[in-house]
Amino acid sequence: MLGYIAQRLLIMIPTLLAISIIVFVIIQAPPGDYLSSYVAELQSQGESVDPKKIEFLRAQYGLDRPLFEQYFVWLTGMLHGDFGYSFEYNLPVTKVVGDRLWLTFIVSFTTILFVWVVSFPIGVYSATHQYSIGDYGLTFLGFIGLATPNFLLALVLLYVANSWFGVSVGGLMADKFLDQPWSWPKVLSVLGHLWIPVIVIGTAGTAGMIRRLRANLLDELQKQYVVTGRAKGMSARRLLIKYPLRMALNPFVSDIGSLLPHVISGAAITSIVLSLPTTGPMLLDALRSQDMYLAGSFLMFMAALTVVGVLVSDLLLAVLDPRIRLHGGTTR
Amino acid sequence: MSVDVEDRLEAPHLAHYVSQAPFDPYAIDAMAPGQERYYLAGQWKLMWWKLRRHRLAVVSGALLLLFYLSITVSELLAPYNLQTRHTDFLYAPPQAVHFIHDGRFIGPFVYGLDTKLDMERLHWVYTPDPAKVEPIRFFCRGDAYDFWGVLRGHFHFICPAEGGTLFLFGTDRLGRDMLSRIIYGARISLTIGLIGISFSFLLGMTLGGIAGYYGGWIDSLIQRLIEVIRSFPELPLWMALSAILPVTWSPVLIYFGITLILGLIDWTSLGRAVRSKLLALREEDFCTAAILMGARPRRVIARHLLPSFMSHLIASATLSIPNMILGETALSFLGLGLRPPITSWGVLLNEAQNINAVAVYPWIMLPVVPVVLVVLAFNFLGDGLRDAADPYH
Repeated sequence: MLGYIAQRLLIMIPTLLAISIIVFVIIQAPPGDYLSSYVAELQSQGESVDPKKIEFLRAQYGLDRPLFEQYFVWLTGMLHGDFGYSFEYNLPVTKVVGDRLWLTFIVSFTTILFVWVVSFPIGVYSATHQYSIGDYGLTFLGFIGLATPNFLLALVLLYVANSWFGVSVGGLMADKFLDQPWSWPKVLSVLGHLWIPVIVIGTAGTAGMIRRLRANLLDELQKQYVVTGRAKGMSARRLLIKYPLRMALNPFVSDIGSLLPHVISGAAITSIVLSLPTTGPMLLDALRSQDMYLAGSFLMFMAALTVVGVLVSDLLLAVLDPRIRLHGGTTR
Repeated sequence: MSVDVEDRLEAPHLAHYVSQAPFDPYAIDAMAPGQERYYLAGQWKLMWWKLRRHRLAVVSGALLLLFYLSITVSELLAPYNLQTRHTDFLYAPPQAVHFIHDGRFIGPFVYGLDTKLDMERLHWVYTPDPAKVEPIRFFCRGDAYDFWGVLRGHFHFICPAEGGTLFLFGTDRLGRDMLSRIIYGARISLTIGLIGISFSFLLGMTLGGIAGYYGGWIDSLIQRLIEVIRSFPELPLWMALSAILPVTWSPVLIYFGITLILGLIDWTSLGRAVRSKLLALREEDFCTAAILMGARPRRVIARHLLPSFMSHLIASATLSIPNMILGETALSFLGLGLRPPITSWGVLLNEAQNINAVAVYPWIMLPVVPVVLVVLAFNFLGDGLRDAADPYH
């Protein structure tokens, strides 16, 4: 098991490196370096630029050196917790980001919990009551959930809440807590606001998960050991829980790998529509104003979150499934 | 002893009997015509037969066909031109179609709109005026347009009454007819999925094919690449890539840029599928035979291996088209994708970003309907195709 963990951790390193290279290429892609465009922008607004500061920044981020070295400056900086300089906010990225990374993490994590909690009973019900009215209804609902893009669902929800109940559902906490330090009332306020984005982001994932659990469970239910168990007089419920359900649960964990990028994607756009204080809206702003360091750090953070999530799911799967633990492979 | 034998030999024989009825030695193996048709049918025919039984998939396929046919004649279908502005009718609500006026049937018509300025809330209020009966005209002369940008024409399938209005889906901020804009938008939204998927198909088949056929370090390299791309959340990466498209590009270039970006990230799942199938298939006898006969890897992959699971590939491609359509919609909605004057459903929805506008003028959210319809239809069709791709199952 330890060997497996070590192997998985080692694989993570080249993956993260490759991701950082892609992100760096994206940062570098717009023509000119950001300092020159920053200077040009300031001058176009008639503001004076302190040449010393520009020089300092240029040296700090190694912009006068070749691309290869710039990449290493950026990478080592990131390892030290220095994510670069946001030229729009005129602050180091770390300061601009603030709570947003945590809130993104919380929203994503809660969404995955939501997906599990909701899809588990529904999936089991659909599989054990195959072709019943309930199964058809739930499958249909699932399809709708799968087909409706997150941002539209968020819009519709905003519209409904606004026009029918007269409440605004945007944001992730009551306005008065916005710049406050963390406290119990603030946490409660966040929890009170959290359910809407979680439902919006979670629907597509939930629908997919239900379909997969249903299909897996149906496959398992047809196997001989189930027939044997039934022939030996096991009660239906006990039989279901004892064997096929445990088999069908595997993809539940292994699918985090594919679920997580979707959740983070969904969270990005949903938080833009609902104006949540997470990474999504800031990423959009940064991209719009070509504030590439900021955008790059967000992209890096989201990708890293996914990689770590996949790692956790692989480890969980290894705990659940001895075949993986002993052979050191994944089922995917 | 010998006498006995001769006796028997000379005994009168039974006349040699041969049945004159035609005899078919294969009669036992013969099949009913229906069966024979089934056994001799090619893979695609079998697939079609199986698909035909999947009611929902067929209906979805027909719906998609209609949608795709509509984009060839968008100009004729739309009651107005894409850019026609009705400055007297900004944010006009949808007009309902009626058939009976004053208890008398007079065919489809709409009631004209009365305009009034609400001084308190400072926006125009439109109310249907029962006195103004405006019958809808069919096969008529309306707004001028350039058919596919070349042929100048005036002919429409449906137009408003002379001097009247016909806003079945309402109008937008600039007084442009939403229905017409949705019909025109289909052209961009629907083709972007097709072009994107063909690009990702090409990438997925090439890279997945190479990985699966050669195995070894090439395989692990491509596998790692797929893993890296997959660990990016799709949408933020799309956003970042489309944000770095130069602002100076023309709308058409942007359009192709966006499809390229969509395809560049989408090929991974297809590549994986191709690879795993190839890994299994390259051990088969027919593949060895082809190699022994001197076929080059390219030919073995493209001629012998890929066709054996092409149907699966097409099914999975169908399932990922909606993803592309949604991707474009999301990008344009955020203002990072296509930009006006190119009109796609996402660009139309960009107007719906302002939640106040949505609350007061909910009909600007109507482009959602075709998006959801098309995405659902592709999903159902893809599901049906996937089931049908395995005809012997």
